[in-house]
Amino acid sequence: MGHSPSVSGSLRNRLVLSLIGGAAILAVLLFFVVRNYAAQVAQQGQDNILRASVTSILDAAAIREGEVEVDIPYAAFSMLGTASDDRIFHAIYQDARFLSGYPYLPMAAGRGRESTFATVSHQGEAVRVVTASRVLIADGKRTNVRVALAQTQDALSGQLEQISKNAALLGAGFFVLAILLSFWATSATIGQLKRLTDAVTRRGPQDLSPFQKPVPSEMLPLVTSLNSLMGRLDQSLGQSEDFIAEAAHRVRTPLATVRSYAEATLQRLDKEENRQDMRSMMRAIDESSRAAVQLLDHAMITFRSDHLERQDIDLAQLVDELVVRLTPIAEMKDLTLHYESDGPVPYSGDPILIQNAVRNLLDNALKYAPIEGTVTIAVSATPQVVINVCDSGKGFPDGELETLTSRFKRGANAEGTIGSGLGLTIAMDVASAHGGVLKLSNQPEGGACAQLLF
Amino acid sequence: MRTTLVLIFLLLPVLALAQDWEDRRVFGNPEAETQLRIISSTDTSLFAPVIERYLGDNTDLSVEYLVTGTSDIYTIFRENPEAFDVVISSAMDLQIKIANDGFARPLSNVSHPEWAQWRSSLFAFTSEPAAIVINRAAFAGQAIPGTRQELIEALRARPEMFRGRVGTYDVRQSGLGYLFATQDARASETYWRLMEVMGALDVRLYCCSGDMIDDLSDGTIAVAYNVLGSYATARVDSRETLQIILPSDFPTTMMRTAMVSRAAPHPERADAFVRHLIALQSSADGGVLPLPPIDAQVNDPDGATIVLEPALMTFLDALTRKKFLAEWEDAVIQK
Repeated sequence: MGHSPSVSGSLRNRLVLSLIGGAAILAVLLFFVVRNYAAQVAQQGQDNILRASVTSILDAAAIREGEVEVDIPYAAFSMLGTASDDRIFHAIYQDARFLSGYPYLPMAAGRGRESTFATVSHQGEAVRVVTASRVLIADGKRTNVRVALAQTQDALSGQLEQISKNAALLGAGFFVLAILLSFWATSATIGQLKRLTDAVTRRGPQDLSPFQKPVPSEMLPLVTSLNSLMGRLDQSLGQSEDFIAEAAHRVRTPLATVRSYAEATLQRLDKEENRQDMRSMMRAIDESSRAAVQLLDHAMITFRSDHLERQDIDLAQLVDELVVRLTPIAEMKDLTLHYESDGPVPYSGDPILIQNAVRNLLDNALKYAPIEGTVTIAVSATPQVVINVCDSGKGFPDGELETLTSRFKRGANAEGTIGSGLGLTIAMDVASAHGGVLKLSNQPEGGACAQLLF
Repeated sequence: MRTTLVLIFLLLPVLALAQDWEDRRVFGNPEAETQLRIISSTDTSLFAPVIERYLGDNTDLSVEYLVTGTSDIYTIFRENPEAFDVVISSAMDLQIKIANDGFARPLSNVSHPEWAQWRSSLFAFTSEPAAIVINRAAFAGQAIPGTRQELIEALRARPEMFRGRVGTYDVRQSGLGYLFATQDARASETYWRLMEVMGALDVRLYCCSGDMIDDLSDGTIAVAYNVLGSYATARVDSRETLQIILPSDFPTTMMRTAMVSRAAPHPERADAFVRHLIALQSSADGGVLPLPPIDAQVNDPDGATIVLEPALMTFLDALTRKKFLAEWEDAVIQK
């Protein structure tokens, strides 16, 4: 039957890959967002402590006897204690004059009361430095006290490491979950397609009715097209069936009429010359008639094979009926029809097709068997259902056993015999429609054998 | 830097004698190729057993042990960090500052309690309370003061007995004295009242615990405040004459700390020595040595022990120090 269409990628793979890819991008994004946010919060934590500390130092600044006095509260440094024992540095300035602390400590830019923060390098380490100032007034003179306070970031980077680890875990967990979900979503989606495929596959040979089961909206166009295709197919099949019946009727009847006229005319003709012509004409009519019948048979068989309708039948009985029907023809040719069967042979198949096939084989055998010859028909159920038709004629020409079943192909020894070359083709088509084969062979003692193996 | 300059200026008289160590002793094989240089504020007699034990296992080594005051250690070491391997001092604040300023080498994987180390580079190895030490003779027939308040009352009750016969650290000279004074001042106002009372009695000011105990032993002074109890205990000869009182109102306990110089000439040897020191002082038989070991039970919730934290640097700020010293001088030196 049909050839398999070429495959271009896989919907499932495409869907899974794009979902996983999306999940990977989201996971990485999630990692960076969470880490950045957490880093910001952690940095804010350090900044808040630094601000509180520097504020308490500034609060302790006073002017006494014209001199700036700063009594750093113990808590100011104490609150900067961290688990990682971060180093702290400070510097106190009066206006631009250095008063105490670390003179080379870089200050954060910025003016006014607001605390300003910066991350700078001091003594070879990255430190977070806060700078704040306060105006003191004594004896009507304004003086600006500025304090810078710095802390290393060992605890912070430890915290960040932990946060990064957690964020990475979160991202990885999200990714794994997304992979599982994408597999689930993909198989749920592909499942719908598979269900439709199963529904198409499961259908009987004659079932061309539209699909009624609900499908997802995305698959609606496909199912609609499929339904309309099947509708057209059903219609055209019906048409061709009608055409075959019509053609059979129209061709057979006139030919039969022509032949009866020809036969009547032959009776009236006296001149041997004319009688000869008329016989030739009758032969031609017979040949046409037979060809037409076989052509129609073949068309019918092709149609029925496509829509094989199996019934439980008894092959022995079926063949027996045929033999009975053909016996008169055999006797006209002085042939003996020898029928062998060992009881009923039950088989599930299309009786019309099988009958047709056997009749064609018998026709051939009767045609090619010599006068006073024997045609043997055997039906057996074991070891395999087989119908055997043998004649005592010349046998199949050597080297043509393979090609004889082709349409319109006649054997090299068929000259002088009426035939269309369709008989074996029909038999073979019927056999293969039932899942069987037609086997042709020559008997060693002469004569051709055709075997229908089911 | 400024702080350093101020300290140098303040300690100039001492600095002039800087190279004349209070004590200098070489342990072990003097011919040894490697000589570990330890600068310390701990009396040689108290520390010798630690060194001798270490040399017992390291015969290829000699140790030069240099003793000077805590403030000197701070200045001398900061000027020449490459000249010393190990720095040992009782002034926790100065030690923290040295470590904070990056002069200490961190040691990896030292199993030591978190509270007894800082930045894995400064390690506490003793636990020594500041004590009131009295000459029993001066308190014959009198109640022995158990708190600072009782000491104030005792001094006020008999000013004629104690005039010129009370002693304490000169906090301007002694780093440890300054540490004890600032921590006392943080803890209670009683400290200032005691200083005022002692100032009124013409207090004698000392550079070191050893000198105070000497004067106590021979009766020059009757009471010394904020002396290292461990030193007094170690003086076998004066056990009869002296009584050590750990004030029960609020005790102040100092931890002696050691660190390896970042520029140490023999960093591996110094590292090993500090580990040896910590292990020895943490072990159960630490009592064998003259120095009291660090003891988790001493570091109780009372908060008696000065916490090893960067806040110790508060009073080292030049302005804060200036203000504290001004107050102290106001109280103690009454002219």
